[in-house]
Amino acid sequence: MNKKEVHKALAEIVGEEYVSDSKEDLYIYSRDPGLAEPHEADFVVLPKTVEEVQKIVQLANKERIPVIPAGASLSLSGLTIPYKGGIVIDLRRMDKIIEVNRRSRYVVIEAGVTHGKLKAFLEEQYPDLCHSLPEAPPSATVVGNLMIHGQGHLAQQYGFNSSMVTGLEIVLSSGEICRIGSCALGSYWFSLEPFPIPAGLFLGWFGATGIVTKAGLRLYPKKKLRDVEVFVVEDPNLVPEVIYRVTHTEMAEDITTSAQPYPLMFRDIVMIQIYITGDEEEELEFKRKLIWSSLRDIINSKEGGFMTLAPNMKIAFLERPMSNITRFADVLKGGGFVYCGAIIPIDMFSTALKKLFEIASRNQVTFSHTGRVIGRGHCMMFSFAYPFNREDPESMEKARKAIQESYIATLEIGGIPWKPEPPIQRVLLEKMPRETAELLKRIRSLLDPNGIMNPGNWSV
Amino acid sequence: MKLKFDKNFCEKCTTYDCLTKCQYMRLDVESAKKEIMRLINGEETFILNECVTCYACEEYCKKGNHPFYLITELQESKGILPAPKPIVKQWINMAIPTRKDTQYFPNSREPVISLCLFPEFMRELRGKLFEGVSFILGRHFYCQLAYLHFGKPSVIKERLPKIIENIARHGFKEVVFFHDECYSTFTSYANAYGIEVPFRPVHFFEYLYNKLKALEDKVKPLNVRIAYQRNCSTRLTPDKEQYLDRIFELIGVERTQREYDKEKALCCGGIFRGQQRYDLFVDVQRRNVEDMVKSKAEYCVFNCPYCYYTLAERVYKAGIRPIMLHQLCRLALGETLR
Repeated sequence: MNKKEVHKALAEIVGEEYVSDSKEDLYIYSRDPGLAEPHEADFVVLPKTVEEVQKIVQLANKERIPVIPAGASLSLSGLTIPYKGGIVIDLRRMDKIIEVNRRSRYVVIEAGVTHGKLKAFLEEQYPDLCHSLPEAPPSATVVGNLMIHGQGHLAQQYGFNSSMVTGLEIVLSSGEICRIGSCALGSYWFSLEPFPIPAGLFLGWFGATGIVTKAGLRLYPKKKLRDVEVFVVEDPNLVPEVIYRVTHTEMAEDITTSAQPYPLMFRDIVMIQIYITGDEEEELEFKRKLIWSSLRDIINSKEGGFMTLAPNMKIAFLERPMSNITRFADVLKGGGFVYCGAIIPIDMFSTALKKLFEIASRNQVTFSHTGRVIGRGHCMMFSFAYPFNREDPESMEKARKAIQESYIATLEIGGIPWKPEPPIQRVLLEKMPRETAELLKRIRSLLDPNGIMNPGNWSV
Repeated sequence: MKLKFDKNFCEKCTTYDCLTKCQYMRLDVESAKKEIMRLINGEETFILNECVTCYACEEYCKKGNHPFYLITELQESKGILPAPKPIVKQWINMAIPTRKDTQYFPNSREPVISLCLFPEFMRELRGKLFEGVSFILGRHFYCQLAYLHFGKPSVIKERLPKIIENIARHGFKEVVFFHDECYSTFTSYANAYGIEVPFRPVHFFEYLYNKLKALEDKVKPLNVRIAYQRNCSTRLTPDKEQYLDRIFELIGVERTQREYDKEKALCCGGIFRGQQRYDLFVDVQRRNVEDMVKSKAEYCVFNCPYCYYTLAERVYKAGIRPIMLHQLCRLALGETLR
């Protein structure tokens, strides 16, 4: 088929209105807000149903055209950039919240449902339930976040967001529609277990093994009240111990860390934000007291203490997601911001922070660190973040260099870069044992024999 | 800069009110005498560790002998930090001016109000009481007195001359200080250390009273019962409270009789939290608010924004409306608050 014929075929599937090869549309889909080199697709399509996705993939597979599934394309590491051209499948018209099972605490959604939509829906219809909300813009899609092993405000209690999946519907590269979990046997989407769990063949693969079109997701109790305590230390070596003690109390909902040079009151200290929730004031107070008590000897040694938060600061800390992050993203003006999220053992916190200071100083860039504890301290996400000005090539180059060094630093300290950009994926594949990389290659070849699914990602 | 402290006053004292009246440490006259002598001689005493820095001993000492300033000097010389190191560092760094801070307000004219580090109140100080006023504010005008809470008087002494210079270069004869702490710095603290202040510091109470008096025919008595929350630095300059009582009289509010008012006022608790005395923070706030409720107060009136930020929520939850003094005055003039 020539390009014109492909266009016609796509238009027959989704309707003329929802397929485009216009320059301006392709420009938007050729890049993400990060620093990855842009590449143009041949087409952008916006399907409404799984059947439409199926037909698009069948066409692409037959014609050996790459397909790139995309949500809001906000990964900042170029995961939805069409490196080899092809068809970008923007899933955001598939935005139905299909079902909430209140008693079993799960929701079934289509792939284009955004975090903003799900949050607003639950607040209105199910105010005692919530999902794990990441610090991403509200326009980020829930399924997109699952595909990159994202973390949200419940990650400390329940782990990566991808471990909250209860079922998946996937369109394979062959066009077959596959369901995984209890939804494969009936209408309930309550659990992946006790089957063998093939969900791992798709989660974390950035669409390189199949396109997730529906997901079941665990919901959790949402308490009426929420508050935050901010513990500060000068010595970053104390952070792992503080986290260990606070997680031991099992009183915290979310635990995040931050360090940045500005404003000056945040310079040369590390802040550990500890979020608590409760249905009653008494419950909040009980949790607060246990957390204070767990850190009492560090307080008495004068090495750490809880900040007194002015109301405007408290409001900023309690915002979900925090809009201050977008302010940092624009601190140099020109709206550029990039970060390397390193998944590291908590013991490595101070080493990672030292690396961040060194990288920022060496490259003469300003920086910010935010981190989030995952699963009672089993690990944490440690971000090396750098703003840049899109109108200033020098500023972009400095940030690019800093982020590359941050990825390397992550590997040096034994961490794993989270949602790495394709060149770093290649570094990871080279670093891992040959047999492991070969296994990944075989899985990928099995699921995508023609290599059409988001090529450039996890390519061995 | 040396603290003016006359040990003869203490040697001749018979009551040692500075310590015996302290609401956070229990001392009788004998032990108070012993401990104050230790302070005078620069010796170790538990006072230096136990002091919650409520400033009240400055008010209790009727000789004007600055026991609290002495305590903070000794805390610093002995390296005793009332709060953890990173908290102290945050407070010290917080007030360092940045490029964004205005150092000179070329269009400001008297009457001028210094808003300290509370820019949010520029939107509030409006209406008849504030017609024609200019504002100065920001880190270049921050009085620095809060470092007394952190055993760091050297920071105040180091920065204060520059702050005074920043204000003085505007050529104002008088400056109204919205934040009680600023007023007390440029009066009590400056006097105690012999620092010259080339303008007349005017307390916000005095300004409000004079304005209200001029607008007396427009005042509609509010006829409400209020509990007043005294702030720490008011202990340094209690004389100005005569204006406060006259304001309350003018706007027709009744300051309720309660246990924790006047000399026996309790701290808002904010600084106790900062010093990590959490149980004390909770206990003091509870006692204070229960006392307000018992006195049948309808409003809790604040003068200090920091006290308001610390205590307002708890007061509100107890069914009492928290309000800043200037807001109450504006209500009496029939103005609508934001």
